[in-house]
Amino acid sequence: MGADFVVLSLVPLLIGTLAAVACALPGNFLLLRRQALIGDAISHVVLPGIVVAFLITSSVNSWAMLLGAGAAAIVAVALIEGISRLGRIEPGAAMGVVFTAMFAGGVLLLEMSDTSAVHLDVEHALYGNLESLIWIEATGWASLTDPEALAGLPPELARIALAALGIAIFTWVLWRPLAMATFDEGFAQAQGIPTVALGLGLVIAAAVAAVAAFDAVGSIIVIAMFICPPAAARMMTDRLGHQVAWSLGFAVLSAVMGYVLAGYGPIWLGGNDAVSAAGMIATVSGAILGLTCLYGPKRRSDVSNINSSAKH
Amino acid sequence: MSDALTLAARDGRHVTDEAASSPLAIRGLTVSYGQKPAIFSVDMTVEDGSMTAIIGPNGAGKSTLLKAALGIVPAVSGSATIYGTPLSKARDKIAYVPQRASVDWDFPTRVIDVVLMGMSRELGLLRPVRTRHRVRAIECLTRVGMQDFATRQIGQLSGGQQQRVFLARALAQGASLYLLDEPFAGVDAATEKAVIAVLKSLRDEGKTVVCVHHDLSTIGEYFTHAVLLNIRKVAEGPVAEAFTAETLQATYGGRLGLAQIEQLNLRAI
Repeated sequence: MGADFVVLSLVPLLIGTLAAVACALPGNFLLLRRQALIGDAISHVVLPGIVVAFLITSSVNSWAMLLGAGAAAIVAVALIEGISRLGRIEPGAAMGVVFTAMFAGGVLLLEMSDTSAVHLDVEHALYGNLESLIWIEATGWASLTDPEALAGLPPELARIALAALGIAIFTWVLWRPLAMATFDEGFAQAQGIPTVALGLGLVIAAAVAAVAAFDAVGSIIVIAMFICPPAAARMMTDRLGHQVAWSLGFAVLSAVMGYVLAGYGPIWLGGNDAVSAAGMIATVSGAILGLTCLYGPKRRSDVSNINSSAKH
Repeated sequence: MSDALTLAARDGRHVTDEAASSPLAIRGLTVSYGQKPAIFSVDMTVEDGSMTAIIGPNGAGKSTLLKAALGIVPAVSGSATIYGTPLSKARDKIAYVPQRASVDWDFPTRVIDVVLMGMSRELGLLRPVRTRHRVRAIECLTRVGMQDFATRQIGQLSGGQQQRVFLARALAQGASLYLLDEPFAGVDAATEKAVIAVLKSLRDEGKTVVCVHHDLSTIGEYFTHAVLLNIRKVAEGPVAEAFTAETLQATYGGRLGLAQIEQLNLRAI
């Protein structure tokens, strides 16, 4: 745990953890609203947004990319709403259609345009480049207080940290209306809570998390973090606050364990090469969900048992 | 001409006066889902201190009427006033109990947390829940006989118990007008008794209660006033006047047999 760790692993670990946290927070509410697929949809449609931004600006300027991704997310949400309303199609199906179509469009655009000069390809879109986000300027733990070294931190870290902070504040301040509108929308509306705006705010928070995380960790991890930690947390408790706390714990655990396993797991197993950290983080979060489904104290089957025994 | 104008003006003022004192005055309310209107040009004036039942066949727009009055579904035209003021200024005066089936009872929350939601307007966004709020929540649960279930997860309750928790949440709002959507639907006899006892005690305190109701046999026993609705309003007033064989026939059409109406022991036609 010396200078090597600070240079090679500290930043990817932090970014992975922050991305997981930023996605898991809105994921809790999306899951309870049965809108978990929205996160999935947004993380896919980010790709065409980024490609279009690149085609327009001919650079990988990160703000242009973020704007493009944000615009694509808004277009996708509008399309989903439009298709499900006008076509009277179930929202889940509308989401499925929109995000696969837009993602496919993004892949085609990417293949047709000349992006060979820059680091932008389909693989990157899926896995991100977590391992490459190293802190070259660092010389050891002391660099954390050295302004010159800090200036050399990968910009992705500041972006995801800002996004995670914004989402945390959003969730904290609007906790009560979010919980009420998620549980009982009619009652919340009768109390004067603008539930439509609140739902939109939640989707925007999810989009911010997806866009900020996409750049560093790719879409696989984003999808996994929206759903797996909150779903696993639901198996652990029957209280919303506790569920969100558990989900954050699972998100951090997935990020740290996934990163470590990706780096060292293959070596422990006798192989040579590390595997994709993003892929491993998503796998770990899936494994945690599997374990809580089997052994969590508040599994759904337990709840229904209590229900049926109460009726008899 | 001028006579007609005077008459119209007097009429208008008369309506306004009546609306000013009414806990819930609805004027020309029309709501439509798609092409067909769910309710059409409904006028209704709830009397202060009354227990009013809204009755009508399935699809008559009973729930829609409540939801539109509360601004939950948008109205095409018309208005609703609460004690003479628009809804936006009167939210604190209304407690609303939605249909039990309209929410997901698997939601991760405890009974007491649901009741505390009734105090959300006084708690605001970030004010902490204090002991006095919890004490009040337990008092509300005690009124509906659910005090022993405060820390249970809501999914563990029976349908009747869930209905009583919803009523406790409405009590926690400390309102003067209570709007309930089918509070007796699918509940056990004990719950029905408990709920009606609470509603009658509310009326004794001078509050006003409006229920969407489907059981015609209990109208006379439970309610003082009735509104009969089938897209349009058919009749309204004290139960003895509005709830007659004629108005029922007009509201339900062929769906209600003559024998069924006779069983209700109504005033002779």
